[in-house]
Amino acid sequence: MHIKGKAFKFGDSISTDHIAPGRLFHLRTNLPELAKHVLEDADPEFAQKVKPGDFVVAGKNFGLGSSREHAPTIIKMAGVGAVLAQSFARIFYRNAINVGLPVLICDTTQIDQDDELEIDVSKGEIRNLTKGVTIEAKPLPDVMIKILNDGGLLEHFRKHGGFALDT
Amino acid sequence: MSKTIVEKILSEHSGLDAHAGDIVVADIDAALVQDGTGPLAVQQLQKLGMEKAANPERTVLFIDHAAPSPRKELSNAHKILRDFAAKTGAILSEVDEGVCHQRMVEDFMNPGEVLIGADSHTCTAGALGAFATGMGSTDVAIGIASGKTWLRVPETIKVYVTGEFKNGVYPKDLMLHFIGMIGADGATYQALEFCGPTIDAMDISGRFTLANMAVEAGAKAGLFDSDETTRTYLEERGRGDKWRPISADPGATYERVVEIDVSDLEPTISCPHTVDNTREIAEVVGTKVDQVFIGTCTNGRIEDLRIAAKILAGKSRNPNTRLLVCPASKQVYLQAIEEGILAKLAAAGAAIVNPGCGACVGVHAGILGDGEVCLATQNRNFQGRMGNPEAFIYLSSPAVAAATALEGVVADPRKYL
Repeated sequence: MHIKGKAFKFGDSISTDHIAPGRLFHLRTNLPELAKHVLEDADPEFAQKVKPGDFVVAGKNFGLGSSREHAPTIIKMAGVGAVLAQSFARIFYRNAINVGLPVLICDTTQIDQDDELEIDVSKGEIRNLTKGVTIEAKPLPDVMIKILNDGGLLEHFRKHGGFALDT
Repeated sequence: MSKTIVEKILSEHSGLDAHAGDIVVADIDAALVQDGTGPLAVQQLQKLGMEKAANPERTVLFIDHAAPSPRKELSNAHKILRDFAAKTGAILSEVDEGVCHQRMVEDFMNPGEVLIGADSHTCTAGALGAFATGMGSTDVAIGIASGKTWLRVPETIKVYVTGEFKNGVYPKDLMLHFIGMIGADGATYQALEFCGPTIDAMDISGRFTLANMAVEAGAKAGLFDSDETTRTYLEERGRGDKWRPISADPGATYERVVEIDVSDLEPTISCPHTVDNTREIAEVVGTKVDQVFIGTCTNGRIEDLRIAAKILAGKSRNPNTRLLVCPASKQVYLQAIEEGILAKLAAAGAAIVNPGCGACVGVHAGILGDGEVCLATQNRNFQGRMGNPEAFIYLSSPAVAAATALEGVVADPRKYL
């Protein structure tokens, strides 16, 4: 899977409250509307500016906090091609894979706001076209590659009629 | 080969000889969703054509985050949970019954069991020697319908605690101190196992506070031995027969061991906007506070309300600081009424809110204004957490919260104890 787009840079500790805040709790059953507010409390204009295929690029512990799967879901619905961070909070990471949003752990210090990136998700290779550097992402665990390749956990379950993780 | 508590529980539930790093498909004993995550879980099962519960009497749907409903969209979301309960026989916890994590330990969970919940603080039940972890709606939906989930068996960090707490210092202070020490991502993907003489002597309420906040260090679970304290708690709730001892094997492998001596621990505060931004109280004393909130799955138990009442009884809150008190569950609420605690707190100027999540989630019952400061006994102080990204949240023990309500600024509780 190849994706090309622009980097939107965020800092460390972007929480699920930044992504899908509690004050918009009533929109959780209206995801298209909630997606218009994605990451609003970290960058109020992000939802207006982001284009399909663009990337969220962040520092450490992206997605910390709540278990709300709405957070990766609305990032995906906003058209984001992948989230790149130095590290992810556990529940967000698992949720992202479950909803089919690629998440890559890599050295994001080599990426600045508005850099053009081209990413090969299956190889975990990030080419920063603006800077002319290639960044290697930490490989996803096999079990998560299986779920992501099936299009998320729901599709995995539908396809196999249960967990088919070769354990 | 020797095992940690997590390795034991996940071996039993997967039929494998499971060790850290293994991927297992485990049977689950109980599952929970709440009104923020449950509707999506139900919708996912509808998409799959699997609108059922494998184990309905231990599938619990909580209406606690926005309860009673403050707006029609949420009233409609609540209907989705009520309908699912009616259709599948799953248990519905209504708007009067309290916050999910408190109710799970009061009424549902036992040592050695596996709980998955669509709420990050599901780890609270680890205090009973269970493996309990938070996941998203789809994971829990599939767990509800199939009775199974997949897990990577986590490595474990042993947290070995010694020493006696000084007067006015509590397990909450220990947990904030610990998170400040290892960081909000210090235990990501790992389990915490709390042990040592201080933990052995700790009451179950304090253990719930520690387990509840395991996720604030990034952990997947926070576990405790199941011991005589656990047995007594279960016996008091008519589940004595469900008690079993559980502890790690001698020689189990730990990712690392963190040792903490609480003898010199001071009341500890998390400052805005991350839980690991901790300070000893002396550095924060005098900060003006607009709202004090005592409650939640972290510190809304009877033991917490007793401390608050001890400090506030016969006095009045500072006129410039409002005080909200929210018992974690109906059981806590009723006991606090019986003990006269709620009367004392109300007389001191507290607004008593119905059992549930209260102001913690930023949906209702105490949303902050622009530039306002709240000191709360909850587990999380992220920007926007209490409904307003322009507000500031400090976290503390109930004792600090009660003293702060009296003075209108962050205050050291020890002069009142």
